[in-house]
Amino acid sequence: MPPQTEILMELHDLTIHELHDRLKRKEVSSVEATRALLARIEAVDPKVNAYITVTPEEALAAAQDADRRIAAGDIAPLTGIPIGLKDIFVTKGIRTTCASRILGNFVPPYDGTAVARLKEAGAVIVGKLNQDEFAMGSSGESSAFGPTRNPWNLECIPGGSSSGSAAAIAARTATATLGTDTGGSIRQPASHCGCVGLRPTYGRVSRYGVIAYASSLDQVGPLTRDVTDCALMLQAVAGHDPLDSTSVDLPVPDYTKALTGDVKGLRLGLPKEYYIAGLDPDVKMALDEAIETYRGLGVEFIDISLPHTDYAVATYYLVATAEASSNLARYEGVRFGHRAEGAASLIDMFRKTRAEGFGAEVKRRIMLGTYALSSGYYDAYYLKAQKVRTLIMQDFLKAFETVDAILTPVAPTPAFRIGEKTRDPLQMYLSDIFTIPVNLAGTCAVSVPAGMSGNGLPIGLQLIGRPFGEETILRAAHAFEQATAWHQRKAQI
Amino acid sequence: MRFQPVIGLEVHVQLKTDTKIFCGCSTKFGAAPNSQTCPVCLGMPGALPVLNKKVVEFAIRAGLATNCRIAPRSVFARKNYFYPDLPKGYQISQFELPICQNGHLDIEVTDLNSISSGCQGGKEEATRAYSDVRRGADDEVNAGRRLKANSVKRIGITRIHMEEDAGKLVHSDIPGLGSGSGVDLNRACTPLLEIVSEPDIRSADEAVAYLRKLHQIVVYLGICDGNMEEGSFRCDANVSVMPVGSTTFGTRTETKNVNSFRFVKQAIEYEIERQIELIGEGGKVVQETRLFDPGTGETRSMRGKEEAHDYRYFPDPDLVPLVISNDWVADVALSLPELPEARRSRYRSELGLSDYDAEVLTATREMAEYFEACIALGAPAKGAANWVMGEVTRTLNEAGKGIAECPVTPERLTALLQLIEKGTISGKIAKTVFDEMWSSDKAPEAIVEEKGLVQVSDTGEIERIIDEIMAANMGQVEEFRGGKEKVFGFFVGQVMRASKGKANPAVVNELLMKKLKGA
Repeated sequence: MPPQTEILMELHDLTIHELHDRLKRKEVSSVEATRALLARIEAVDPKVNAYITVTPEEALAAAQDADRRIAAGDIAPLTGIPIGLKDIFVTKGIRTTCASRILGNFVPPYDGTAVARLKEAGAVIVGKLNQDEFAMGSSGESSAFGPTRNPWNLECIPGGSSSGSAAAIAARTATATLGTDTGGSIRQPASHCGCVGLRPTYGRVSRYGVIAYASSLDQVGPLTRDVTDCALMLQAVAGHDPLDSTSVDLPVPDYTKALTGDVKGLRLGLPKEYYIAGLDPDVKMALDEAIETYRGLGVEFIDISLPHTDYAVATYYLVATAEASSNLARYEGVRFGHRAEGAASLIDMFRKTRAEGFGAEVKRRIMLGTYALSSGYYDAYYLKAQKVRTLIMQDFLKAFETVDAILTPVAPTPAFRIGEKTRDPLQMYLSDIFTIPVNLAGTCAVSVPAGMSGNGLPIGLQLIGRPFGEETILRAAHAFEQATAWHQRKAQI
Repeated sequence: MRFQPVIGLEVHVQLKTDTKIFCGCSTKFGAAPNSQTCPVCLGMPGALPVLNKKVVEFAIRAGLATNCRIAPRSVFARKNYFYPDLPKGYQISQFELPICQNGHLDIEVTDLNSISSGCQGGKEEATRAYSDVRRGADDEVNAGRRLKANSVKRIGITRIHMEEDAGKLVHSDIPGLGSGSGVDLNRACTPLLEIVSEPDIRSADEAVAYLRKLHQIVVYLGICDGNMEEGSFRCDANVSVMPVGSTTFGTRTETKNVNSFRFVKQAIEYEIERQIELIGEGGKVVQETRLFDPGTGETRSMRGKEEAHDYRYFPDPDLVPLVISNDWVADVALSLPELPEARRSRYRSELGLSDYDAEVLTATREMAEYFEACIALGAPAKGAANWVMGEVTRTLNEAGKGIAECPVTPERLTALLQLIEKGTISGKIAKTVFDEMWSSDKAPEAIVEEKGLVQVSDTGEIERIIDEIMAANMGQVEEFRGGKEKVFGFFVGQVMRASKGKANPAVVNELLMKKLKGA
């Protein structure tokens, strides 16, 4: 029998399905796996800062429950699996900050739907993960709890806004995580951290209990070590929720059944607007290689056009900020969260609370959104943006008449250095240029590891599917994963 | 200069659904502060609204009853502003696409003097001024009708939309908190309809007539409890004045949250006077929001146009557009109760009741339904009308009860009316029986039986009594025969008393007359 420590060192590297097999065979208990993860967090997280709150007591109690279930022969794919949640998910009795000072002391009285579904499946919640404040950012640097670092290179950003959710996968401090994607917030950090990240179709997963940034764009999705795990996580959280009017009442397919490995005859579109000059050479190379790999698997490539791509970023920063300016109005210190001391009047209390509680990026977006909705500007900005959004949606629907999915880069460059773009918001905004159109169109997309840059940073590729076409993109991503070894690489930390 | 007031009303109707518009919390009035709340109505991070179907049904009812078009597709919008009683920092309302549009209510106008006190013009001029500004196809008809007394005037309804109410601030000593302000969010997320009229109203009296009619309808429809003190039916009044003959409206003010018919009249009259006086002094009316002070009967400025909110309305992304099928609207239409207007005309034409009776009996749905239950059970219409409006209403008022709680059921009242009709008891005895039914929960027949109240119509028995009384009062008999017919009443009284009220009065009258005249 190998020494205890070696077993523990091993457990945190496992995928969901690998750990599940061991739990099922009773080779390991959920308590052991959870302890291993908690030990790993203690050892590694001070360097990465992926967690805002770690919940060892609750996690071990849940692990014991899971072990009892397993002993009774009641084991679901996520039973006993240690999972981390972006701190945007409301968790009953566990502090939920959304990485903002304004919610620094907020302990919610309820669980959101996705969290409740994970718990029902027997998952073990190990803690709440760092992110950009209110999910506003592409680098993880806008968190009130300090930036998260990229486990592949601690000087680099992990991407954002689900920065902790991606970094925890790369650092092996969670077996799987849940994030949210409003403009690329799952796919871009997944790409930068070398993990799989899925943004499901709008309406596929309930938003109830997800702190709203931009309600018409937000969607919950998993970040995992491989595509099979991604399918298992989606399976657990997908489906109609009567508490979310925008969740769609469509049957949930068996996503793991879609992972056949067979992509022969699949038609992948290459949009000319995404293959732009200025694309990082390493990203370009990874993509070219991926195309070759797919060709070898019998995939057919078709050149397509998504003509309104150029307007996506501007459209996004009108729609998202407008909704955010309204969604964030409830943080005024009356009922929960931070309240400023020493205010002279009610209005003064609102002003001080919000001035102290929100960070610079959040304030910037509230102001942008307030402006876009203001009387006299509404038609020129918000309404116009909604019209462009419809055009972008139509671009995709038209493309899907001739292709099954679309292959693109996730981000124009690999992860940049911490602090590199914080002074130039516009440059930061442009780093989401390939992910934002998917949110505006309301459709689904997955990021899978597809290469490494010259300086050792992961590069992902994006597969965009038609609305509720998660099975197709997961199948394509899984086939690619089977043909390559990028997902097996581990950050040395 | 003579002035014409122009008035439009925005009425907030609180819907009496069991639960709130966007969550499952109870809407009951008067519970402990914040005891009827959940993450949704508290505006907790991550909580989402889900529309209460009953609210939509109630809105459709209101729309159909006010002749509105029901929109097949309507949209909820966010109205953004900061206030501590508004948990989300926005109110979910409807803006560009409300559920109902283009309706109207016809009101009866008795007072044609809609031109305010500041003007000298006669009725003709008033009518002309009115028809000049009135738009729409009914202009001439309306203008013509207005010349008659009790004429009908049509008030346009621009729109009806659904929205959530805000919470309440409590400024006082709060247990455990000391002095200060507290927020009670029990009312937050309670469903409201906002019913917006066209600026078709020309006087405070017309405004009150419109409000009374609307109030009666929403209560009839069963969608609002109509309780104005608790704020279930409240009104904002938009008032402006313009020179008679002008076609351009003056600058309007909005007086907020007036919650009684009397206050609405006072507020509007004050505002008309104030504006005319202001213009007369060379001043200008400024567009502003005003508050009515019930203590002084005056309005005062609350905030001016420059302080007006920019609500930054936009479609609420948390709620999908509301699609209403024709079938649903048709189903709701079938379930509508008969409205007062239709009932009144049926009472007149089918039951032969007077205008006055029809009006009184249809004042509330409960009274009309009680009355109709009696008719359905076979009660005579006029008798039932008299009893419901008379004895029943009087006794209920004395007891401080509504007709829904009347201990005498329509079945019992009908049985009583039938006893009168058959001549078993007299109307006078019936009142005694009614009082007994009220307190004893017994059928009228049983009471009549038990107390021996059966009317005596046996002429032999009555003749015997008359003979005895005439014999004992010969002096009065002589007086009568001498031409002093007033003493007839004395004899009737004596006979009734001797029969303990049971003698059939008609028979008594007839026999007495015969005998006194010496036939």
